[in-house]
Amino acid sequence: MPVPHTESRRCRPDAVPPRAGVGLKAAHYGAVLEARPDIGFFEVHAENYMGAGGPPHRYLTAIRKDYPLSLHGVGLSIGSDGPLDGAHLRRVAALVRRYEPGLFSEHLAWSSHGGTFFNDLLPVPYTACTLQRVCEHLDQVQESLGRQILLENPSTYVAFATSTYHEPDFLAEVARRSGCALLLDVNNVHVACANQQWDPHRYLALFPLEHVRQIHLAGFATDVDEHRRPLLIDAHDREIAEEVWALYDHVLARLGAVPTLIEWDQNVPQWAALAAQAERAERALRAAAPSQERRRVALG
Amino acid sequence: MSPWADLQERFAGALRCPERPPPVGCNGPDGLPDVKRFDVYRNNVLAGLIDALAQSYPVVRRLLGAECFEETARRFVAGHLPRSPVLLEYGQEFAAFLDRFEPLAALAYLPDVARIERAWLEAYHAADAPPLNPGALARIPAERAADVCLTLHPSVRLVRSRCAALTIWRLNVTDGPVTGPEPIALDASAQDALLARPEAEVDVIALAPGAAEFIAALASGRTLGDATECARNAHEPFDLTEHLTALLGGGWITSAHLKRRRTRGP
Repeated sequence: MPVPHTESRRCRPDAVPPRAGVGLKAAHYGAVLEARPDIGFFEVHAENYMGAGGPPHRYLTAIRKDYPLSLHGVGLSIGSDGPLDGAHLRRVAALVRRYEPGLFSEHLAWSSHGGTFFNDLLPVPYTACTLQRVCEHLDQVQESLGRQILLENPSTYVAFATSTYHEPDFLAEVARRSGCALLLDVNNVHVACANQQWDPHRYLALFPLEHVRQIHLAGFATDVDEHRRPLLIDAHDREIAEEVWALYDHVLARLGAVPTLIEWDQNVPQWAALAAQAERAERALRAAAPSQERRRVALG
Repeated sequence: MSPWADLQERFAGALRCPERPPPVGCNGPDGLPDVKRFDVYRNNVLAGLIDALAQSYPVVRRLLGAECFEETARRFVAGHLPRSPVLLEYGQEFAAFLDRFEPLAALAYLPDVARIERAWLEAYHAADAPPLNPGALARIPAERAADVCLTLHPSVRLVRSRCAALTIWRLNVTDGPVTGPEPIALDASAQDALLARPEAEVDVIALAPGAAEFIAALASGRTLGDATECARNAHEPFDLTEHLTALLGGGWITSAHLKRRRTRGP
């Protein structure tokens, strides 16, 4: 089908609703524009739209006209000890100005060091020193973007001997000090808890759910470590596992409905398979109370 | 140096060098070291970058086969970790790496095929710009035509190859079986290609002899007169009208202006 031309952005939906959304892939541009599926929102990786022009921007502009958008950064390296990459932060800010996404999120992780970009979300020890650094970086990002951002809990494969905070406590403190919101990746909770031998229900009981503005769901791969203990990999390459759906229901029961994204970045399936996962999340969201109501009940 | 700065430095060092042990203090849930856990990060870095190259260079991958491409990409990644989080730019040095990559030296056309794929990707993501209305040139007086400078569309790329790289690229750019009427004479002749994306699609055009010199001269800011001379020095005959019409008709020109004549002092 022909690529759409850039059109006016007036009257487009801005707020990301408490519905199911899907990670937008180039392979699905055509299917989405042709069928205009009833999807709550789309999310894209900011770094994939940092070319100067061309079809990716045309497609995203056309899709943005009809759908709320969530922008997800994978390259700011907020967990690094060193300073943020100013040029990259300016690129992100320009993209936020251009597409006015309802949400912008990044990761509690690092990906760049000494001028090298490692293209992975690498782990951060949880100490007073890293807490301060992460908060400084979040201040700088929120200042540059002129908005509150969401920080996502990571999938981790190693534990740092120097950590003095439990991950949910660290995230609670980050949100309290920096004023950022949180993105709860339920698959990451499952993966990290399996890898760190934590109880996911206990993890979620400690997690500062009052700061959560979005949920991510994805599929994981299974391996074992040197000692044949389970080692789950955050692969985003398959359907969401039943254990993750169960944790998701548990979260919704406490939190009410929040925007929920289906992430599927590798072995990207046909649109119908992705839409089916979104429909399942949408059913769970409809069964959950609106989040404001649920919060009032929780506050008693 | 803060403890985290030190640990991050060692973590990054161990990611770069697979032969190094994981940094001390990076453990399994029992507080003991576990290489396989650290290897998840090493593998994520490597596999992610190999995948990024595979997406940018699908024809090179098809020509080499998945296994050989992966090994080649692995060697490239080891010496060329990205400098920017914008992965669209990753792999710019891949063709130059292939030029010097001894195990594949017999495939003389391979680096130029990689150059075509790089140019395609750059054209795809280049800035958008409205093409010049072909009528605009008609307003320039005929006697000043040689003094016209043309601005090429931001997406225009030239790839010059001493072998049949463009033919090889064309035959392998789709997923279907290769259907060539004749075996390709690999060293038959040099091929020049122009890639540009004035609208949504990337155009890939085989250039006639002289055209590459003509376009390269225009790109460097030379006048139509100078560019024509460059083309004729490379190849006679060179039909200026035909080439100008093609450039304008393709939407590969965005503006035109007259070069100021040098005025000598009194």
